[in-house]
Amino acid sequence: MSALLEVRNVSRHFGGLKAISECGFSVTEGHAHGIIGPNGAGKTTLFNLITGIYKPTSGEIVFAGDRLDGLRPSRIALKGIGRTFQNIRLFKQLTVLENVRIAYDSQLHYSPLEALLTLPRMGRNEAESIAKSSALLEAFGLGALSESLAGDLPYGLQRKLEIARAIALNPRLLLLDEPAAGLNSGETAALTEFLRWVRTEYKVTLLLIEHHMHLVMGLCDRITVLDFGQKIAEGTPEEIRGNKRVIEAYLGADEE
Amino acid sequence: MDYFAQQAINAIQQGSIYALIALGYSMVYGVLTMINFAHGDLFMVGAFACLLIASFFPLPFIVILILVMLATGFLGALLERLAYRPLRNAPRVSAIITALGCGLVIENVVLSLSPYAKPMPPLFTVTGYHIGGLSVSTLQLMIIGVSIALMLGLDFLIRRTSFGMAMRAISFDAKTVPLLGIPLNRIISVTFLIGAGLGGAAGMLYGQAYPVIAASMGILVGWKAFVAAVVGGIGSIRGAVLGGYILGTVEVMTVAFLPSTYRDLVAYSLLLVILIFKPYGLLGKAPNQKV
Repeated sequence: MSALLEVRNVSRHFGGLKAISECGFSVTEGHAHGIIGPNGAGKTTLFNLITGIYKPTSGEIVFAGDRLDGLRPSRIALKGIGRTFQNIRLFKQLTVLENVRIAYDSQLHYSPLEALLTLPRMGRNEAESIAKSSALLEAFGLGALSESLAGDLPYGLQRKLEIARAIALNPRLLLLDEPAAGLNSGETAALTEFLRWVRTEYKVTLLLIEHHMHLVMGLCDRITVLDFGQKIAEGTPEEIRGNKRVIEAYLGADEE
Repeated sequence: MDYFAQQAINAIQQGSIYALIALGYSMVYGVLTMINFAHGDLFMVGAFACLLIASFFPLPFIVILILVMLATGFLGALLERLAYRPLRNAPRVSAIITALGCGLVIENVVLSLSPYAKPMPPLFTVTGYHIGGLSVSTLQLMIIGVSIALMLGLDFLIRRTSFGMAMRAISFDAKTVPLLGIPLNRIISVTFLIGAGLGGAAGMLYGQAYPVIAASMGILVGWKAFVAAVVGGIGSIRGAVLGGYILGTVEVMTVAFLPSTYRDLVAYSLLLVILIFKPYGLLGKAPNQKV
């Protein structure tokens, strides 16, 4: 098992604010890797750095042997990094099927002009795109809802659809930003099982930000803890559970 | 009744041209939430490109149409690349002023090359048909047919192709689109290419219908098509088409039944009334209300 993603000494400053400072960790291929930390610790900023929305102020990010920092977000996505968002960002006025097809079609590499000039192939591409996307939705239990507008789905299913859309990119690494946000404990348990299934079924490495400790401890092979933009601990769930600095970061240190 | 039917045909012809132009405004607004005020001048460039090509190469109508659309399309995409893209994150008003400036530059380049209005030669022999009391010319049929074919083609492109899905996705949430592996800038370039190409086609058709063309011809027609796009619901593709046909109909019918000087007065008054009752336009959607 080798490192699929390496974050090497990355910093990101916004003016005087050091959102991430000299942070480094690596994600092993096949693992579920958790990132935890109090609010404002820089977890989502880290995701934005990995996916290319922000550029690191310093440091480098390496994915499957290639540098990611400096690449455009669309290039990074096509290298095999899918992502979901803390506040669901589906295309609510497009259908469920279209949401998945957009991500699937991005891998077809044909330009729209080319598509116009080669109509027969476009027909074949379209049929394949619909078939593959429908199969994915079927596997996710969303098959019956393909033609509904994404915005009309209940909250829990929107979360699921967002994961399906990310999987349609055929990623090697899936970044999940608080997938259990807004779910009750029963739903969170179901989500944990579901993410296990996604990981095996689609052979994808998971990197997730989460506050629900049951989910994190139950699912993750390894956990990185951030506080004020810095890594304060890393280890297996057992190691993190007993780590004094982690407990302090969450509950506040006793002041003597 | 025959008189009315005759005017209805004229209205469809006029509306088709407005609709083709209005589409360009609406498509660009959809992906960038900006108004490309140079669009009326791209329409004018379409007419001049047609004149230029037709005077050197006696090509068939359809070939000239394709060349004109490519020429204006690439000019539109170039405009986006050189002038609008650097201002992508600038205040909207800067982008709008830039667009106005680009329009004036294009207009004055054409004016310096062609200071006087030029006659446009017909591209094919126009014959008139009389059916009952109606008279229809092959030119009218050509304008209406070409416009409708282009609009159907666009509708197919937007509803059925991955480019179209990406374009619709950008108009809802441009920030998420690149994270799904879609190159945002390429989709925006192609949107300009297609929008400007349709505007150029409209310019060519307009030049055939009113065969004297001048550098300033895009100003008023451009404004009117912009109004049509807003009345239909800016950002909405079908709204732009609807707005174009409504404007064409109101104009033609006003001239047909009232003194012709009332044309713009009646047309714009009606459009203002529509906007009072439908502030987002007829088919436009109000932005999601956040509570």
